[in-house]
Amino acid sequence: MSLVTLAVVSILFGAGTYLILQRMLSRVVIGLGLLSHGVNLLIILAGSRPGEPPIVGDHHAAAGVVDPLPQAMVLTAIVISFGVTAFLLALALRSYLLTGSDAVEDDIEDRRIGGTDVDKVAEQEETSA
Amino acid sequence: MSWMLPAVVAGPLLAAGLTLLSGRRLWLQRVITLVGVGGVLGAAISLLVAADSGSAQVSQMGGWAAPVGITLVADRFAAIMLTVAAAMLLLVLIYAMAQLKSDALDWWFHSKYLVLTAGISLSFVTGDLFNLFVGFEIMLIASYVLLTAKTGKGEIRATMSYVVINLVASTLFLVIISFVYITTGTMNLADLSVVMADVDPAIRSGLSMLMLVVFGIKAALFPLFMWLPDSYPTAPTPVTAIFAGLLTKVGVFVIIRTQTLLFPHDGPSDLILFVAGATMLVGVLGAIAQNDIKRILSFHIVSQIGYMIMGLGLFSFAGLAAAILYIIHHIIVKTGLFLVGGLVEAEHGTGALDRVGGVLHRRPAFALLFLPFALSLAGMPPFSGFVAKLALVQEGLMLDRGIIVGVSLLVGLLTFFSMTKIWGAVFWGRETEATGDAGFGMVGATVLVVALSLSVAAFAGPLADLAARAAIDILDPSIYAGLVLGVGG
Repeated sequence: MSLVTLAVVSILFGAGTYLILQRMLSRVVIGLGLLSHGVNLLIILAGSRPGEPPIVGDHHAAAGVVDPLPQAMVLTAIVISFGVTAFLLALALRSYLLTGSDAVEDDIEDRRIGGTDVDKVAEQEETSA
Repeated sequence: MSWMLPAVVAGPLLAAGLTLLSGRRLWLQRVITLVGVGGVLGAAISLLVAADSGSAQVSQMGGWAAPVGITLVADRFAAIMLTVAAAMLLLVLIYAMAQLKSDALDWWFHSKYLVLTAGISLSFVTGDLFNLFVGFEIMLIASYVLLTAKTGKGEIRATMSYVVINLVASTLFLVIISFVYITTGTMNLADLSVVMADVDPAIRSGLSMLMLVVFGIKAALFPLFMWLPDSYPTAPTPVTAIFAGLLTKVGVFVIIRTQTLLFPHDGPSDLILFVAGATMLVGVLGAIAQNDIKRILSFHIVSQIGYMIMGLGLFSFAGLAAAILYIIHHIIVKTGLFLVGGLVEAEHGTGALDRVGGVLHRRPAFALLFLPFALSLAGMPPFSGFVAKLALVQEGLMLDRGIIVGVSLLVGLLTFFSMTKIWGAVFWGRETEATGDAGFGMVGATVLVVALSLSVAAFAGPLADLAARAAIDILDPSIYAGLVLGVGG
């Protein structure tokens, strides 16, 4: 059971990392979403063995009951990542409206250091647009 | 009095809600925000007085005793940080109110600023690793909005990378939280410090390094600082000033807290000293290459973080005391420098070195405000930076760490050089046309920051004693554990 979960966690992390390294902002947003799903699963995994639900009537025996703390933490983390994803989407939309493209441009300074003629590139971009 | 601990977090959040309810009635928003941030400062000062007189306040949320419940603690170190941070938040708020006076976007500013205050307070006083994550997130989400609210086409790329990099760091933080929980089964920092001692040393140093990486991103350590100089200069001056003064220092605070509390070292750590040296050097070299006031100053944030981490890396009583003194000095000076830079920008419409000049003739007062900050940043006597740097250098020599001391002195010299670059271009040179006018409130707030910075130098003795007492607390984890768990100590 936990081996399967672990495999899912690693797949989510792998795919998330791949997407974050893309140029398209929409993919970055999805990548971050996958990463946060992966980490949420990982925290649940930290609760170790499966067991009874932690809230059952009035029985107080701790044995056989799953650790409730990771679940509480995951709930918090889910809410936070939900809010942040919404904000990030708004920001990506803003970027799209401002620049007319979903792709993240190179840093101008990086281009300069890389030896690219910045003005020429800007000119080319203008003519192609 | 322990009710003040939740109050420094809940108060600003409540005030943020009230500012939203007050709609576009600006005067009401301002009153609420001033009361909110002022209240945090008042509470922070009384928490500091209590902590320093030996009755540090601890508050267990929901009445659940530690380590089950969430603990808020204001020991000396946390209370010092909270007090300095709250003082800066209040002064920058006054500056911001004066600057944003004529701005139509003014109404959104106050609630975000209050949320930022709450997040910073929570990060300082929390005694729980997961709660620290929550504090970070509150602070960061407010910072995302403050940073991006006014970006145009030119800046959206830099702010986007700020947001994405911080989100990745937050995800890594959660990964560490789950690793720590798998290893120890607890989140309470005091409890962790007890349990961590029994953990396999290999796992422990792994966790320690992972934490250094995550908080290193927040604190802009070498080689994880690249997001900072790009994104900070894009925001309006008050926002940049408060970010520069406080946000990275929250990261430094957490690095010091976790490294000393959870992973106590016996002697100086070569790895941390190397990171410190590289951070100093790369930051200052980056600053020299820049051509804009705010960008120069942003690279100096990175460089100065190195000094604080150097104090931690020495892992000695005097080294940590020097680091604390350095943080106090740095928060004030860095915020002040950005405020002066903002004054120049407000009058000339730009901070580019080649387009502003002769400010000394037009506004001698600005030069007078800039000078103590610049000299202090470079570590010239008799300003506050000198006191803090002297303490670091002395301790470094005492522990026979000549290389890092040499690097730190060289970086001091280079810092001085890049300050003269700003001075030569902006304050001397041909006078340029002014397009605006910095208001009385902006100048007044900056004067207050200068006064605070000078009083750090004037009261260096008592402050160094206070930092020394805080360093004793930090170096002995059982004091913190005793405070929270009510045993030992």
